Amino acid sequence: MADKMKVKITVNGTLYEREVEPRLLLSDFIRHDLGLTGTHVGCEHGLCGACTVLMNGEAVRSCILFTVMADGADIKTVESLGTMEKMHPIQEAFQEKHALQCGFCTPGFLMTTVEYLGKNPNPTAEEAREAIDGNFCRCTGYENIVEAVQLAAKKMAAHEQ
Amino acid sequence: MKPAPFDYFAPTSLEEALEKLTDLGYSGKVLAGGQSLIPAMNFRMARPAALVDLNKVTELSYIKPTQDGGLAIGTMTRDSAIEDSEVVKRLFPIIAEVMPNIAHKQIRNRGTFGGAVAHADPAAQIPALSLLLDAKMKIQSKKGDRWVDAQDFFMGPFMTVLEPEDLLTEVLLPGLVPGTGTSYKQISRQRGGYAQAAAISKVVMDGIKVKDVRVVLFSVAETPVLTKEPVRVLVGQVPTTEAIEAVAEYVAQNECDPGTDIHGTAEYRRNLVRVLVRRSLTEAVERARK
Amino acid sequence: MTESLISKSIKRNEDPRLLTGNSTFIDDIEFPGMLHVAIKRSDYAHGVIKSIDTSEAKKIPGVVAIYTAEDLGDYWKAGPLQVPPPTAIPGAIFHARPLECIAKNKIRFSGEPIAVVVAESRYIAEDALDYIYLDVEMLDYVGDLEKAVEPGSALVHEDLGSNLAADVVQEVGNYEKAAAEADVVIKKRIVTTHVAGGAIENRGFVAQWDDNMKILNCWATTQGPIPMRNSIARYLGLMENQIRMINPSIGGGFGPKIMSSQIDDVIIPWIAMKLKKPIKWFEDRRENFLGTTSERDQVHYAEIALKNDGTILGVKDVFYHNTGAYDPYGMTIPLNTQTHVISNYKVPNYYTEIKMVFTNQMVVTPVRGAGRSHGIFVMERLLDAAAKKLGMDPVELRRKNLLPPEAFPFKTGVTGQDFVENILDSGNYPMALEKTVQALEYDKFKKEIQPKLRAEGKHKGIGIIMFTEGTAVGPYEGAKVMVGVTGKVNVVCAYSNQGQGHYTTLAQICASQLGVKVTDINVVIGDTGQFQWGVGAFASRGITLVGTAVHQASLKVREKALELGSKLLNTPKEELELEDGCIRIADLPEKSISLGELAMKANPTRGTVEEGMEPGLEAAAYYGPPHGATGFGCLGMIIDVDAETCKPKIERLVLTDDCGTPINPMIVDGQLHGGLQMGIGESFYEKLVYDEYGQMVTASYMDYLFPQASDMPAKMEIKHSVTPSPLNPLGVKGIGEAGAICVPACFMQALEDALYENDLDIVESSLNPSMLFHYVQKAKSA
Ligand SMILES: Cc1cc2nc3c(=O)[nH]c(=O)nc-3n(C[C@H](O)[C@H](O)[C@H](O)COP(=O)(O)OP(=O)(O)OC[C@H]3O[C@@H](n4cnc5c(N)ncnc54)[C@H](O)[C@@H]3O)c2cc1C
Ligand code: FES
Ligand code: FES
Repeated sequence: MADKMKVKITVNGTLYEREVEPRLLLSDFIRHDLGLTGTHVGCEHGLCGACTVLMNGEAVRSCILFTVMADGADIKTVESLGTMEKMHPIQEAFQEKHALQCGFCTPGFLMTTVEYLGKNPNPTAEEAREAIDGNFCRCTGYENIVEAVQLAAKKMAAHEQ
Repeated sequence: MKPAPFDYFAPTSLEEALEKLTDLGYSGKVLAGGQSLIPAMNFRMARPAALVDLNKVTELSYIKPTQDGGLAIGTMTRDSAIEDSEVVKRLFPIIAEVMPNIAHKQIRNRGTFGGAVAHADPAAQIPALSLLLDAKMKIQSKKGDRWVDAQDFFMGPFMTVLEPEDLLTEVLLPGLVPGTGTSYKQISRQRGGYAQAAAISKVVMDGIKVKDVRVVLFSVAETPVLTKEPVRVLVGQVPTTEAIEAVAEYVAQNECDPGTDIHGTAEYRRNLVRVLVRRSLTEAVERARK
Repeated sequence: MTESLISKSIKRNEDPRLLTGNSTFIDDIEFPGMLHVAIKRSDYAHGVIKSIDTSEAKKIPGVVAIYTAEDLGDYWKAGPLQVPPPTAIPGAIFHARPLECIAKNKIRFSGEPIAVVVAESRYIAEDALDYIYLDVEMLDYVGDLEKAVEPGSALVHEDLGSNLAADVVQEVGNYEKAAAEADVVIKKRIVTTHVAGGAIENRGFVAQWDDNMKILNCWATTQGPIPMRNSIARYLGLMENQIRMINPSIGGGFGPKIMSSQIDDVIIPWIAMKLKKPIKWFEDRRENFLGTTSERDQVHYAEIALKNDGTILGVKDVFYHNTGAYDPYGMTIPLNTQTHVISNYKVPNYYTEIKMVFTNQMVVTPVRGAGRSHGIFVMERLLDAAAKKLGMDPVELRRKNLLPPEAFPFKTGVTGQDFVENILDSGNYPMALEKTVQALEYDKFKKEIQPKLRAEGKHKGIGIIMFTEGTAVGPYEGAKVMVGVTGKVNVVCAYSNQGQGHYTTLAQICASQLGVKVTDINVVIGDTGQFQWGVGAFASRGITLVGTAVHQASLKVREKALELGSKLLNTPKEELELEDGCIRIADLPEKSISLGELAMKANPTRGTVEEGMEPGLEAAAYYGPPHGATGFGCLGMIIDVDAETCKPKIERLVLTDDCGTPINPMIVDGQLHGGLQMGIGESFYEKLVYDEYGQMVTASYMDYLFPQASDMPAKMEIKHSVTPSPLNPLGVKGIGEAGAICVPACFMQALEDALYENDLDIVESSLNPSMLFHYVQKAKSA
């Protein structure tokens, strides 16, 4: 076994200093070392997007990154959004539009949407669809997710005013 | 699907990285964005004994305009940085056109320009782009630096001239002649998926005649293909629909060698080459005329 | 009046916890000291095991134990069958070869488990897999359904002497006679394709043995917690109530998660008891492709006999059905195929024969659609061919032969997957057809729009097909409703939820009787510690069976509350109402008792009670229908094809569906959306492929194409009609599979229409652009 390495990673605003094996996938670090199980794992080869988190503000697949590559990085997971009592506007929009069924893929979609709406605050349906194209969902057929992304954009715009 | 163990090094300078690669020799492997390497490691199809991670070598990440109107791109420049770059859009609209076809945003946020070149996936866009644009690859090692033309860089599927101790550090793109028209056409099973066949064209017009033309195919041979027929037939000629159609037909029949897999037969993919060469050449000519 | 919340699109109770990362999925379960399992799977498809060498693997630091079939000793046994043989069908031949959870002596498919590694982490467990060496004497691979039953084929189960797993003939009328009298007989060989369930969450199992209490706690992604618990009890010799099987949140099911008596639920509890440690196995995507069940490949030799005016005289369908290496799930899938072929039309004469075949492929069990889509595909393809041959409009041909509304309830004369005669409970098929036809402006498209497009060199085709969805089969489900002292209500059942919205729909049903807020109802699903009886989530039966049980239990609780309230308020029951969480006098609302208080009163702690009294505001109910409820619909699509590249784009998709009374229309539409996505996946993207040696070449998402957002139409236009089921008080039918059933037939019809210049004869349920290209080439050269 390779030697463990020290990493310092900020996750949802908390700085964690841990020793990890170089091969530890970032998804496993987040889920099992930190216990932040909102991030899910569906394929571990970069296709499904269930493991999407933000790394320095950008959406990335945490299953195809080693934890050591995130040394010094700022990570945000679904736990950084709203709470059950007070959800984030994107989460509210997903509920209102019935954009989730089993909910397994959902954290990945949410994090993808966070990055996307930050840069494109007013997407058309076609743009919203393109934005979520890299995330798989088996339950919803995507249509309600597209609508939720657009509704979230409206909610966020209203929040800002 | 967890990777096998490996030793890990994260140099913070180019110097250090080159040193490490020389030390490690055949047991070392470069880790760039990891978007090709890590999935392969998760399947345990790749089991490098040691990784040299370039992510902390910040000096390898840049997009610098050159004097001839071209660009020097540091190997660790993320795909998404290139996609969003204003200077890239201005100088090489074809690059901006191609980038969104590579995987999805989440992958492009990590995948690197140089990583794709070094990886030399025959179905990848960036190696083909580098060939189309006549790129020069800067290769550095403890032994010294050298430059290799894109034409000589790709040896076969996932094979390049890079030796274990070598690092690709920069891709240099010579500037385009003003008025160059370019166009990209690909067919993939799904958006963001690898192309089943693709053609990129670059055309310079002289009045109504073609002054210069370059068409690169990929995903239909072991390496990207710089076609010959377009140059032979079209330079100095009026690029009529018929002429373009004939070139496309010739290229499809003679200048590619697609294989059959579960997603398509060789015959189908040859057909795609014909269609895509025609479409991209036609569009490039139109754009060059403007 | 208690407000009815039936047919209201209410936001889901379960969403906030799912949206904020507060749900517990299987892989989120962690215990101190937990050990992790990885499964070594065979790389060979067929062979005799010479030896399995685990010695080197055992030496790896962190590896705790490795087990092969040999190491299991007497614990190793096959089975049981999860679905019994179809003895109800006269003359049915069925050879039971239940699943061997871990290969002993022989390997029957590539991906079959051969060893189980237990280690301190999943990483280490996977390291060990690399050092387990399997020595096999290879046998020929059996993969072709038709060749498999020819003499001389290698045998998946030698003792059988043949690869024929079952042969079931059913006949209504006399097809041969009908064919002899027909003006036209059309024969076709039609193939349906192997696809995966494809839930984004893979399967998983966690077991923890409490050695003091002698209780085995299990968490599993199973769609059938009770059958799985019972299977474990049988294996381990435990009483049922010594095993607490809990469904955590489940990330999609789609069929394959129904299976029990597999490697995980057989071995992991055993290891947990043996090592006295909590054990986790969470399948990865590769093994999900290789080892988890899937379905859909059948080869049909089908014919249809018609009169010149388009009247159907008869249908004959002899088909091969791939059951994979074993047949633990009986004949559910092919029996569904048999019933669905003729479920929309008047078919007076029908001959249907299943030849179920063992192959060296993964075990076949239902995937959303489960045999139904294949039946629909066969019939609709036959009708399309007939329409061409007769020069009739395809919609007109369907119109002519549809079962009329007055035909219901309609006995098809064929026995279905539930082993009872297939009876279509209610329907109005012409209405569904006309709704879709109108929404698509079919006539205008055909007569005005399409000719213009064709003149411009465009290739847009239209398809319209009919389908049914046999749902809600028995035997039964149950539920218990209990009002708590806080006035909140618990609804518990041992069903299983994978995203269908039961936390909300069951609450709606209960709230409609008890007058409480939907958000004040806590639904517990799939915890055998809380409810002991049930069968499982398959055949779109949840809302009909569990829903009806909840409805009936709620009625009982309501009645109990009214009785007690009447005593306490000194008012006749008829003058009371349940609303706003209390029971009150309708004309004097300030005279009320909260349900919570009533619940306390219903559980006296001193004094005496009347004879026969049952404590608590609690009641259980069980419901079993006489036969399934059949939903139906009509799908229409317009597809734009790039004729040069053979890439299609779905321009419009209109689905009219009827599932009886919708409990929550928003959720119904969601089910249809997801089903349609799977149907589109099957039609043009998804396909499990084995090579000539029986190696799966599609064991990753790079090769197995999962339908993405951009593969879907911009809008799925969903229309409804409501023809309540007469079988249950709510009038509901299932809805889970409709979308997955109808797409391939419609897709192919539209493709043929789009590429009209050549007479394509598409006989496969799954294409890709290259295959379509070759269909065109073939038609050109014909
Ligand atoms: C889901 C998914 C879809 C994808 N789709 C596409 C697609 O459609 N088209 C496409 O082109 N790509 C696609 N990719 C691949 C992606 O673009 C990769 O990121 C890229 O090909 C490799 O870049 P990287 O920086 O990630 O390299 P890495 O994965 O880090 O490295 C790839 C290889 O190159 C070597 N290497 C990297 N940098 C250097 C260097 N500077 N010097 C020497 N050797 C080096 C590494 O040792 C390794 O062998 C996809 C990836 C995923 C996960
Ligand atoms: S788990 Fe990371 S992309 Fe699927
Ligand atoms: S909601 Fe189930 S996979 Fe998306």
